[in-house]
Amino acid sequence: MPSMRGNRHFIRRPHQEKDISACGIIGFINRDGTRVSGDAIIRSIANMHDRGNGLGGGFAAYGIYPEHADAYALHIMYDDERAIAETEALIRNTLETEHAETIPVHPNGTVTEYPEFRRYFCHAPDVEERDADEYMVRLVMRINAKIEGAYVVSSGRNMGAFKGVGFPEDLAEFFCLQEYEAYLWTAHNRFPTNTPGWWGGAHPFTLLDWSIVHNGEISSYGINRRYLESFGYACTLMTDTEVVAYIFDLLVRRHGLSFEQAATVMAPPFWQDIDRMPPDEAAEATALRQTYASAALNGPFAFLFGYNGGLIGLNDRVKLRPLVVAERGDTVYMASEESAIRVVSPDLDTLFYPVAGQPVIARLYSETAEKTSVAHGGTVHGN
Amino acid sequence: MATEPTLAPAVMEPVVISAAGLSYRHLNEQVRSAIRSGATEITLNDVMGHRYIGTGIHAPGVTIHVNGVPGEDLGAFLDGPHIIVHNNAQDGVGNTMNEGRIEIHGQAGDVVGYGMRGGRILIRGDVGYRVGIHMKGYRDKQPLIVTGGCAGNFYGEYMAGGCQVLLGIGQSDKKPVVGQYCASGMHGGVMYIRGELDGWKLGKEVQQIPLDRHDREFLKPVLEDFCETFAVKEKLLEFDRFVRIAPVSARPYGRLYVY
Repeated sequence: MPSMRGNRHFIRRPHQEKDISACGIIGFINRDGTRVSGDAIIRSIANMHDRGNGLGGGFAAYGIYPEHADAYALHIMYDDERAIAETEALIRNTLETEHAETIPVHPNGTVTEYPEFRRYFCHAPDVEERDADEYMVRLVMRINAKIEGAYVVSSGRNMGAFKGVGFPEDLAEFFCLQEYEAYLWTAHNRFPTNTPGWWGGAHPFTLLDWSIVHNGEISSYGINRRYLESFGYACTLMTDTEVVAYIFDLLVRRHGLSFEQAATVMAPPFWQDIDRMPPDEAAEATALRQTYASAALNGPFAFLFGYNGGLIGLNDRVKLRPLVVAERGDTVYMASEESAIRVVSPDLDTLFYPVAGQPVIARLYSETAEKTSVAHGGTVHGN
Repeated sequence: MATEPTLAPAVMEPVVISAAGLSYRHLNEQVRSAIRSGATEITLNDVMGHRYIGTGIHAPGVTIHVNGVPGEDLGAFLDGPHIIVHNNAQDGVGNTMNEGRIEIHGQAGDVVGYGMRGGRILIRGDVGYRVGIHMKGYRDKQPLIVTGGCAGNFYGEYMAGGCQVLLGIGQSDKKPVVGQYCASGMHGGVMYIRGELDGWKLGKEVQQIPLDRHDREFLKPVLEDFCETFAVKEKLLEFDRFVRIAPVSARPYGRLYVY
């Protein structure tokens, strides 16, 4: 295998564990479901080149596998042949695979040494549809935790994550992202100040079709991790952002919370703000804070959260990281910098800064009753 | 006796630079080079997130026009020039600015005028969080930020001097003139806010008081400057709609320190 010269350990885990801070994020969704190539997201994230330092970049893309839309698309990165053999044996024993292939890559620029990437389009056999997601989550945790040198990059239906060490525009070329078409793209440019840049530590972090790109640092990582472990989640990727993907899965998929409620858990309102809420709202916010204290995120963050039905942006409750939202026609953009949006969409219908701690939720029209603007709560300009 | 030759001031054509394809370093080198050559009118086109435009430039009498969206820290440590942005600006405008003038004809992001110590910033639209925090003033160095729209949380937090004017154009029930923690920790300077202000949003160190004659005399030319700069016709001179916010005590923390 030419990409794995001498079985070098490209994705070996770092020896030390630290936090990260300061990155660039951008995402956009075509709410009418129109799929577009990676060209726009690449130009957007490349415009924020200086926010990263070449030690991490990545993308999530939704709607890219219509020919296998019903199958779980497993993207896996491998360190060596043994990891491949062990993982593929596990996949053979636990899943029905309708198609498997190597993910095409083109080394270039800052991306010259890299692990092996393969993808598998699978179904969970003899499992009720309702339980299939849980079955997949457990399998992902098992691969990440038990098989040395194998890491699941993404595991959702009709979506995929592509990430690694390098500048994001180089990684986009490496993964040939101009050849994929998606209705929802997110991207990340990493500036790891506390954890070494390694392939598994790049964003996005994913589980099923949940994906997250994040600028900031989750100071509550230790508490969040222990809490998640009590529900069977294994944090193996050595970077704080990983917990956010699993918290979303726990709160929304397993516990049935709305995205708004999940946002209240992660960026809880201050008690003095709860005191000023109407009684019903105050009771709900109090219950969420008390029940999910260990899922609250402490520290500065701006993150973009993608799933098959939409794109969500959220800031920490005092807004210690930048986030701007804009709309143009059926497209909603969310980014660290306005220029990253203007570079691909010079004229915008609205542009606003979200209110700290309040999520901006842009759903596909097929998921909503009305085609309403996402511009509420923030400061809105028709510029 | 030799007389010193008098050089006629070089008459420079306005300099136009396209930022397209340039890194922020190359763009800023070209701006500095033009100023060294005597340029007093510089227009930057196709700006798209280029950082540090005008940063640290000590050159009174120079005007820089920015077309496009400038990047972070526009006019940081600015010392004299006049920067006019014809679109929106991002975060960190006028960071620790010392002298000069910045006009933003759109809106601006978070932390405008952080630690500003002199000069004037005018913004036509809204601003984000933490605008004018840690501003300071000393004798004739009295920085001023005028915001036409509304502001987010932590407006004027830890202000130690200078002045902020918030006009709140476009404020409504759903869009308050200012967010929470306004003037928290403020212990110097003054702010004037136009519109309805909920007392609970204010820091404990300040009080709201009606304007007096001195305030009106100070505000009149400031508001005229704003209206003229942005061709705004709104009736901004209704002084009864303003409140003055200033610290209760000059040294609220004086007793907390040990010498």
